Amino acid sequence: MNAIPPALKALPTAKFAQADRVRSIPRLFVALVVLAVAVTFFAQGYQLFQATMIVSYAIALLGLNLLTGYNGQISLGHGAFYAVGAYVTAILMARYGVPYWVCLPISGGVALVVGYLFGRPALRLEGLYLALATFALGIAAPQLLKSRHFEPWTGGSSGIVLNKPEAPFGLPLDADQWFYLFSLVVGLLMLLVARNLVCGASGRAMRAMRDHPLAAEAIGVPGSHCKSVTFGISAGFTGVAGSLFAVAVQFVSPDTFAMFLSISLLVGIVVGGVGTLWGALYGAVFIMFVPDLAEKVSKAAPWAVYGVVLIVFVYLLPGGLARLARRRA
Amino acid sequence: MEAFLHQLAAGLAAGGVYASMALALVMIYQATHHINFAQGEMATFSAFIAWALLQAGVPYWLAFAATVLVSFSMGAAIQFAIVRPLEKAPELSVVVVFIGLLVIFHSMAGWLFGFDVKRFPSPFPVDAWFGSALLSVHQLGAMAVTLAMVAVLFAFLRLTPLGLAMRAAAENADSARLLGVPVSRMLMLGWGLAGAIGAVAGMMVAPTLFLDPHMMSGVLLYAFAGALLGGINNPVGAVVGGLVVGVAENLLGTYVIGTELKLPLALVLIVTVLVFRPAGLLGRVVVKRV
Repeated sequence: MNAIPPALKALPTAKFAQADRVRSIPRLFVALVVLAVAVTFFAQGYQLFQATMIVSYAIALLGLNLLTGYNGQISLGHGAFYAVGAYVTAILMARYGVPYWVCLPISGGVALVVGYLFGRPALRLEGLYLALATFALGIAAPQLLKSRHFEPWTGGSSGIVLNKPEAPFGLPLDADQWFYLFSLVVGLLMLLVARNLVCGASGRAMRAMRDHPLAAEAIGVPGSHCKSVTFGISAGFTGVAGSLFAVAVQFVSPDTFAMFLSISLLVGIVVGGVGTLWGALYGAVFIMFVPDLAEKVSKAAPWAVYGVVLIVFVYLLPGGLARLARRRA
Repeated sequence: MEAFLHQLAAGLAAGGVYASMALALVMIYQATHHINFAQGEMATFSAFIAWALLQAGVPYWLAFAATVLVSFSMGAAIQFAIVRPLEKAPELSVVVVFIGLLVIFHSMAGWLFGFDVKRFPSPFPVDAWFGSALLSVHQLGAMAVTLAMVAVLFAFLRLTPLGLAMRAAAENADSARLLGVPVSRMLMLGWGLAGAIGAVAGMMVAPTLFLDPHMMSGVLLYAFAGALLGGINNPVGAVVGGLVVGVAENLLGTYVIGTELKLPLALVLIVTVLVFRPAGLLGRVVVKRV
């Protein structure tokens, strides 16, 4: 977002970022990063896979939160952009032998463009209609992926199988450890991008569009530009997450990206906290473990838990876990 | 030509169901400006209730009536317990709660009745006199039932004092309240009716689509498309839009894009209408004062 009006630029960032809290976060943050790196050496195969998935979900939730939390646009179909990222990576890796670390930015870029193109017409819609259009996108996505017109690339219903990359430079790590560390670095980079975006002038423009579109446009925020670029960026984040997902799971197929995924992402931001960066982590842990635990009770239980959680959080804890943690601190 | 007529008729039959679901959506939207994302799953759940009653040996039309009654109370209860406190809530909270309801109804259907696909009987005998080469007995019967329901609903809204009060509450809640219309109760009634309409649509579509917890997700998408096409604040538009979508889906599915891309078609239709004519074909353009 290049065209930020001078009126917004002049505002001191510190006031918005709540200076006292910012100073206290780094210590906790450093501890968390150390812990996350330590996981590489203590966790085993499947646990490492779960940790990688948490990173992937957290990136997707960051993206969705930029859009829904900070910009006020409701998306119920972000699973579709996750699918775009995953499929771009899978197709490039399996069909053209492109290395995974080249696929990652390409996946993000393609998802960004797709998101921008979807967001451009959709931004003419009021919030509720956007929710409706993205809801339709989320439901229709698996059928599009299954379509026989795209089968030469997507592999139709049977999907694409991938190989897990080995650690480079002769590092003494196995494939799971290496890819987890790689994902962690990507996740931290994405967090940095999101933080800078939110704390800077473009973040203020995004929030201004959410809180009072008319006033924001009156002081010179380019409304439709701001909204569609945010949509693109959000989809880009989700695409990067999808790319990590494809490599971690080593397999993509249309039914992975059904409506349940989009709903999971929505649950993730509601549980973590709408409009918070930390919430992405809490939300990712939640959607990684809770459905699995619930599935042991019954096949219907993950859905039931999601439904109850959604309604209970809206009524009792609208700030999500991130606000709760902050209030306790 | 024969095949074309056949597809046209099948489209109208499917369109009848979309039209009634679209009508249920419009009833709620008109009154509260909420889009009920859970409408499809609620209808599926109603169809499951009917299935359970039929399994227990209850005669069809008795089960039908009981299901409609239960669904009416269910809709009204949801409005009372869950939707009413949200009257002044931000848009995101409302959408999240509706998605929550969708998920809950889906899981309840799966939990109580299982995820396997079930056969649902048609109330109309296979060899009834109104069967023809063009339309099966069930298609024609379902169309008659849904259209009769729509007609009764319109008569209720246009001709009875209660219907007038409901329209007043939807049109201008504050003025209606000043005139002594119990607006909250009218909204509850509206949700109840939407639940009942969904139940009828669910029972009519179940013999063709077969019953499982996912049954209505596609139908809901077409209903959205139909409601938007007709104009989301216009009940007549919703019915017309639903029929048009049904025919378009069948003809395009047969002749142009193939059956496997029917859901993306609904997506394209929804986005196209929203971008080029957000008010729909018959809808009122709402001018907002700022």
